[in-house]
Amino acid sequence: MSDTAIEPEEPLTIGRLQVGSIGRHANGWWGMIMLIITEAFLFFYLLFSYYYFALQSTGTFFPADNPSFRYSGPETGVVILASLAVFFGERGGRKGSRLQLVLGLLAGLLLGCGFVALQAFEWLDKPYTLASNSYGSSFFTVTGFHLAHVVVGLLMLLPLTLWSALGYFDRQRVVPVTIVMMYWFFVDVVWLMIFFTFYVTPYLR
Amino acid sequence: MAVAEYEKLPRADVPSPALEKKLHDLWETKPGIFGWIATVDHKEIGIRYLVTAFVFLIAGGIEALVMRLQLAGPNETILTPTEYDQLFSMHGITMIFLYALPVLSGFSNYLFPLLLGSRDMAFPRLNAFSYWTFLASGLFMYSSFLIGSAPNDGWFNYAPYALKPFNPGLNMDFYALGMIFYGISTTVGAANFVVTVMRHRAPGMSINRLPIMIWGTTTISVGLLFANPAVSLAFFLLWMDRQFGTHFYDVAGGGKPLLWQHLFWLFAHPWVYVIVLPAMGIVSDALPVFCRRPLVAYTLVILGTITTMVLGFGVWVHHMFATGIPFLSMSFFSGASFIITIPSAVAVFAWIATIWTGEVVLATPFYFFAAFISMFVIGGVSGVMTASVPADLQLTDTYFVVAHIHYVLIGINLFGVLGGVHFWFPKFTGKMMSEAIGKVSFWLIFVGFNVAFLPMHVTGLLGMPRRIYTYPENVGWTTVNMITTVGAFILASGILVFLVNVVVSRRSGVEAGPNPWDAPTLEWATSSPPPPYNFPVMPAVASRHPLWEDRLDEGTGHSSVLRGLVLDDGKETLATSVLDATPVAILKMPEDDPWPFLVTVALTVGFTGLLIQWWWMGGGAAIAVVIGGIVWLWPRADLGQKAGAAYE
Repeated sequence: MSDTAIEPEEPLTIGRLQVGSIGRHANGWWGMIMLIITEAFLFFYLLFSYYYFALQSTGTFFPADNPSFRYSGPETGVVILASLAVFFGERGGRKGSRLQLVLGLLAGLLLGCGFVALQAFEWLDKPYTLASNSYGSSFFTVTGFHLAHVVVGLLMLLPLTLWSALGYFDRQRVVPVTIVMMYWFFVDVVWLMIFFTFYVTPYLR
Repeated sequence: MAVAEYEKLPRADVPSPALEKKLHDLWETKPGIFGWIATVDHKEIGIRYLVTAFVFLIAGGIEALVMRLQLAGPNETILTPTEYDQLFSMHGITMIFLYALPVLSGFSNYLFPLLLGSRDMAFPRLNAFSYWTFLASGLFMYSSFLIGSAPNDGWFNYAPYALKPFNPGLNMDFYALGMIFYGISTTVGAANFVVTVMRHRAPGMSINRLPIMIWGTTTISVGLLFANPAVSLAFFLLWMDRQFGTHFYDVAGGGKPLLWQHLFWLFAHPWVYVIVLPAMGIVSDALPVFCRRPLVAYTLVILGTITTMVLGFGVWVHHMFATGIPFLSMSFFSGASFIITIPSAVAVFAWIATIWTGEVVLATPFYFFAAFISMFVIGGVSGVMTASVPADLQLTDTYFVVAHIHYVLIGINLFGVLGGVHFWFPKFTGKMMSEAIGKVSFWLIFVGFNVAFLPMHVTGLLGMPRRIYTYPENVGWTTVNMITTVGAFILASGILVFLVNVVVSRRSGVEAGPNPWDAPTLEWATSSPPPPYNFPVMPAVASRHPLWEDRLDEGTGHSSVLRGLVLDDGKETLATSVLDATPVAILKMPEDDPWPFLVTVALTVGFTGLLIQWWWMGGGAAIAVVIGGIVWLWPRADLGQKAGAAYE
């Protein structure tokens, strides 16, 4: 008998148990789900504010020109590629390939920085500012919130890449990478929502 | 690396003095200033939450008493209008944010692992962090008094008066930044409760065996994860409008003042349920102990709790009936506000039935719980009245609404909390509270409260608006205001007697023993106060009332609290599955850690920098927070986060 029984009469038997942070057994995995839930609501309220303005202002809210895809198109591609790179790295980590893990995270870092740069160019390119009108306030605040989340994602990738290169992780002890990957997927989905809201819906008017 | 190396077969045994000594050394917080700052013991944090919340209750109470002196008669001049505005704003902020939720978090922090049969919360360091940020944000908001610029637009802080042109001082900035800061505390605390419930339960404690207080706190924690971003965002946008000239609430640039009301009440109406549902949970768990029977309709009470929270998200516009919103919207939200009375009243009938069919023990906690139920009915009925649009148009912004909110918040928060303190005090301290002093304090509080707030309904019906700093002589409000002031001081004297009882009983109360009330749940299975590791062996449960199994016929098999998994290779606890609580893993728990405190210090410096617009100070603090976070989360072998260590 290799199982531990707690009670002699009505045995509750408990077999071998995993110890420490492994996959969904790690509390951190659950913590990230909580963070994503509450952050999702943050962006919901941000977009709520935008739609509230769009619906309550009679024709005076939108700028003259519909927003262009010149930057937002490449931004969409780059941010998706960034999370795919992290995904690739995470798969590598779970296979036990330190090389693939580090390469994936590095690629994620670079692509993430690329997104930040593209967004910076787009911001400089806009004819309105944060303080011009409520459209400008909404645009820069919402994209700024997303940009801040990308930056936080980069600040997560930085130590994670270091830890991976130092060999902190193996096939099972790799939860931190999984957790950061989940965060990047979330940042992706949020971007798609923002993209649809700010860049697509004006054409549907 | 071979897969099997991160596994082991846990040992089951009965407690022995050697085991208890070993666990004590592992789990004990080291004495001294470092231990004081670094402790992650949920019991210590829970007590800190309770004490701090009571300190804020006293501060908010003193603010109220000063206002009641000002309003005792017509044309009083104790306070200037400016002072009065700051006092009523800080009174609301203090009671609603700095007392009402933190006091419940105190109970939940202390009791969650004990009720669930675990050794700590899911994220002990985050738990310490949520306390420190609560304390720091509270002090941040209170520091506004030092420069005479406390928030002055009421706790719901409507735009445009909160905007810079109308309110140029730092008053609103203290409130806006303070609430964003406070939101961090609430959010991480809520996430911690939810994950703890999902992961840290005794084997066998399936979700239909959870104590109701656990359900209450978990429900509101999920609600907070949904609702809290709305208020953090609302305040952030307000701060942006004030500092950077954005146009979210400012009409001139296309902003909408009503957006503030939507975002604020989207959060603040759910919040009302957030600060009462755990207190209802306290009553649902503790009242049956004094009726010597299980709670009637356990399942219905839980479904009522969850339904109330869900519907609580659909009633926010009933705060805005007087703002000129469309008729359809008013009808919808009025209807929803009527409907929510049904699930929220389920518990009332369950409590009455429990008392009716039980054998009542007239101890002090029972007095508070019984008062809780009757105050709930009065506050609920006045709530139904304001759910009706035509009635609300008459009652809104009068003292009727003030009376309603005090019946709800004092009735269903404070009475539950005071009953809860009397009930769990023996567990907290090992000493019983004095019954004689307890009953004196109860009657003073009960009588004082009703003398103060029952006539206030009449004050409102007589047309006295809320938030005016004085009133003229011949409008007929003098007598009712004097009665309210007298009642407020009786209430305050009752609170004073309660505090005396706490101090006296803690020093010279009767020794309590593990289970003085003969209560059914797991926290009473361990000593009073509990050891740092809570349970020497991990209990396993087979029913809703593990300590009443010999007299109730429920469930199959027996709970096992005297024999269980040992888990003594370092700080360990058991992780169980979400629905049926079967063991799935052994979790490594962190040692005492100073980083939660240090990150809070950095945040405080950062928010202060934002307040006084020293951007370099804010930026430097942000870098410190990032560094602190990285050190905090650095993978560690002793927490089972790094490749390497084998366990057998």
